[in-house]
Amino acid sequence: MKISVTVNGQVYERDVEPRTLLAYFLREDCGLTGTHVGCDSSSCGCCVVALDGDVPVKSCTMFAVSADGHEVTTVEGLAKGGVLHPIQQAFWDQHGLQCGYCTPGMMMTIYTMLQQYPHPSEQQIREFLSGNLCRCTGYQNIVKAVQQAAETLAASPAQEEVPA
Amino acid sequence: MSDTAVQRPIGASMKRKEDPRFIQGKGNYIDDVFLPGMLHMAIVHSPYPHATIRNIDASEALKIPGVKAVITGADLVAAGLGWLPTFHGFDKQMVLAVGTAMFQYQEVAAVYAETRAAAADGAEAVQVEYEPLHAVTSPFESAKDETLLRPDREQKTNHIYHWEVGEKDATERALAASDTVVKERMWFQRCHPAPLEPCGCVAHFDAMGRLQFHVTSQAPHVYRTALALVTGIPEDKIHVMAPDIGGGFGNKVPVYPGYVCAIVGALKLGRPVKWIETRTENLTTTGFARDYHMDVEIGATKDGTVTALKVSTTADHGAFDAAADPTKYPSGMMGIVTGSYTFPVAFAQTDAYFTNKAPGGIAYRCSFRVTEASFAIERGMDILADELGIDPAELRSKNFVRKEQFPYNSALGFTYDSGDYQKTLDLALENIGYKQLLAEQAEKRARGELMGIGISTFTEVVGAGPGKHFDILGIKMFDSAEIRIHPTGAGFVRAGTKSQGQGHETTWAQIVGDELGLDPQNIMVEEGDTDTAPYGLGTYASRSTPTAGAAISMAARRIREKARKIAAHLLEVSPDDVEWQDQVFAAKGVPGKTVTMKDVAFAAYTNPGDNEPGLEATYYYDPPNMTFPHGAYIAVVDIDRDTGSVAVRTFLAVDDCGTIINPMIVEGQIHGGLTEGFAIAFMQEIQYDADGNNLNTNFTDYLVPTSLETPHWDTDKTVTPSPHHPIGAKGVGESPNVGSPAAFVNAVVDALSPLGVRHIDMPLTRDKVWRAIHGT
Repeated sequence: MKISVTVNGQVYERDVEPRTLLAYFLREDCGLTGTHVGCDSSSCGCCVVALDGDVPVKSCTMFAVSADGHEVTTVEGLAKGGVLHPIQQAFWDQHGLQCGYCTPGMMMTIYTMLQQYPHPSEQQIREFLSGNLCRCTGYQNIVKAVQQAAETLAASPAQEEVPA
Repeated sequence: MSDTAVQRPIGASMKRKEDPRFIQGKGNYIDDVFLPGMLHMAIVHSPYPHATIRNIDASEALKIPGVKAVITGADLVAAGLGWLPTFHGFDKQMVLAVGTAMFQYQEVAAVYAETRAAAADGAEAVQVEYEPLHAVTSPFESAKDETLLRPDREQKTNHIYHWEVGEKDATERALAASDTVVKERMWFQRCHPAPLEPCGCVAHFDAMGRLQFHVTSQAPHVYRTALALVTGIPEDKIHVMAPDIGGGFGNKVPVYPGYVCAIVGALKLGRPVKWIETRTENLTTTGFARDYHMDVEIGATKDGTVTALKVSTTADHGAFDAAADPTKYPSGMMGIVTGSYTFPVAFAQTDAYFTNKAPGGIAYRCSFRVTEASFAIERGMDILADELGIDPAELRSKNFVRKEQFPYNSALGFTYDSGDYQKTLDLALENIGYKQLLAEQAEKRARGELMGIGISTFTEVVGAGPGKHFDILGIKMFDSAEIRIHPTGAGFVRAGTKSQGQGHETTWAQIVGDELGLDPQNIMVEEGDTDTAPYGLGTYASRSTPTAGAAISMAARRIREKARKIAAHLLEVSPDDVEWQDQVFAAKGVPGKTVTMKDVAFAAYTNPGDNEPGLEATYYYDPPNMTFPHGAYIAVVDIDRDTGSVAVRTFLAVDDCGTIINPMIVEGQIHGGLTEGFAIAFMQEIQYDADGNNLNTNFTDYLVPTSLETPHWDTDKTVTPSPHHPIGAKGVGESPNVGSPAAFVNAVVDALSPLGVRHIDMPLTRDKVWRAIHGT
């Protein structure tokens, strides 16, 4: 099936099997391997991407054909012009990652959350992240990273804009 | 230049050098390796825990578009590759089942296809005819030898080994003479490390016939040697590359059947083959952990002085003995079971059995069974405290190895390097407000509320290990480092270890920077490539810092010795008159006459004088002893009587891992390890039903804590350097996972002790806790 998906502002026109999952479309058809797969049951959240700007989706649970005509933002779309996104910077500053495998999905969930809840409480952060598993950090530094990113974004609201 | 106020690299919370690629989605994990013409492999698994394989028919699979080939165990046997030696050295494992399937999900056939989906379709279409056999799911049933599970072995018994250490008769005499003896059976349940990235590999034979093997390996060099031994391929024709690894926790130490199948497929089909486990394959076939049934007996005098310890374990190893333990230690470091206490006499024994369950027994964030041993003694001490009516903190203090007793020879043969257990416990008790908590608990108990305080004051034994005792497949458990310093004072360090998130790219650079007075930002760290890294045994068992970390220090000091001669040339003095002080070379007795390592590095390539040019060194470090990190952990829980729900209100971890290289990374390791300890205490279990069906085959049934369940972690530290490690470091990655399960269980049992509850086996699910409360 021929589809056209805009990923990180770039249009990808590809011919895919109808059963191709969005995660594998991104990884294998678009070459964007920052989106990871960690389970078979839609549990781990390593594959989360943003659909149409602010909707977090587990890309292992969506067919590529369902994304036809939509915009997808992946971890590769966060940094702009060589400058890290405040969420990326916060993960680095707060030691919010260890092995890094859950990190892209985690950051994309946060990316959508901070658009919906720019000033989240710790409980809101923990609830929003509960679909993203991490085996390394115990989440505590991830929560701190979200708080830092929220503060940075609040101080410079232009960063919150959804990329084209 | 000699400003001592400047922060030295060791001890600095330097941000991680590896992070920029991970936060930008540019990590290179195994599934990110794509080679031209690459095929995908999928595996056919046995649905039965124990069954005769009557026939395997691949004809339908081969009709599926894109499917290139199917191999079975018979093909592998014909090629001499039917069996794989396990790292334990006592056993071997079928690569693909031949004749009999030994556990549910055992690998039966491998399918190679043009795409991931075609390979999966092919695996579905392979028809296997089975005749089910009685499945043995309990090691206690296995011990009766009524069903012989491994007729392939010379020994016609399900008993794998008996191991023991200590003085059996003296221990039994001492127990008999004790005022009090407590005895409890504790089952440390079967669980699985489940790193978020499953295992996988890409195998490829290049134009020169050389095996290029990309694999999620915590021990790449051991893989190379093992593959050479298994396949007969000369070791120089094998290149193992471990890319970025998405968590290991012991799961990525063994060599798995899928790896062998991928290599065979690549050879047979002349194309690269990729195999990436599904989560179900990860949880059902690759290395599980624990599954120790431990009978713990502690003797004591009336006043609570311990007199003897006896621990007898029945171990369930599954269908093959695929535990990755050092050869001389089939039951790992169970000898640390005397813990932090001065037992005058002790005895530990383990008997291991085959069952129709997945093989493993690997060290899950654990130095070879230290977790089981720690749990046994820390639970046991609480049971003793309860029996004697003594406060658990006081009982521990009374029996601690005192700081003046180090180096301390334990009753089971370890020489503890250093520690100050009382100081660590005192700090924990003070920080958490122990007295106030006890007062609060007394009030709540009077009202019938369930509040518990659980203490664990564990001692670990890590850093395997001294070559005279420790080997895997005969290879001594040293580790290694190679350092090269470039003309501009930048450089790189390579080690035989392999980071899986521990941050070696940062901490190894910090050690080099500290030893040589160079900027760690310009010291590149490389690991995981057997063509370039010096031989090492890899990263597990908290061994990286005790072994490779030490090797890096020693290699750097070799460089420093060479640099001293070049510095002497630059300073125009004799090398004997040059000293390394405040991170520069100084001419003795001539204030201000100094050269930096950067100056020396440049001279090493441009103006070395009569000295050998260049600035590099290699060091293979055989540790003189293990290191013994310790800690005092306290958990406070509130339990809902009506639902059995346990809330961890507070958790404080005071760790002592010796010298700390990067406090930020150490704290991160502790957070992560505590979370895994919490998971084991409350959630994680691989269960089998009576027929041998695995009940926890994915993340909807094998529960990993989310951000919602995970408690807040409070941490603190004491620092007792290891006297024998070059920088005094001990290793930390596993302490929190080793020490915390007992703290959680002690807290829950403490809360329930007014109801007469003395022990509950993990995981402490709501259901189990509710049943304990309501006596059902």
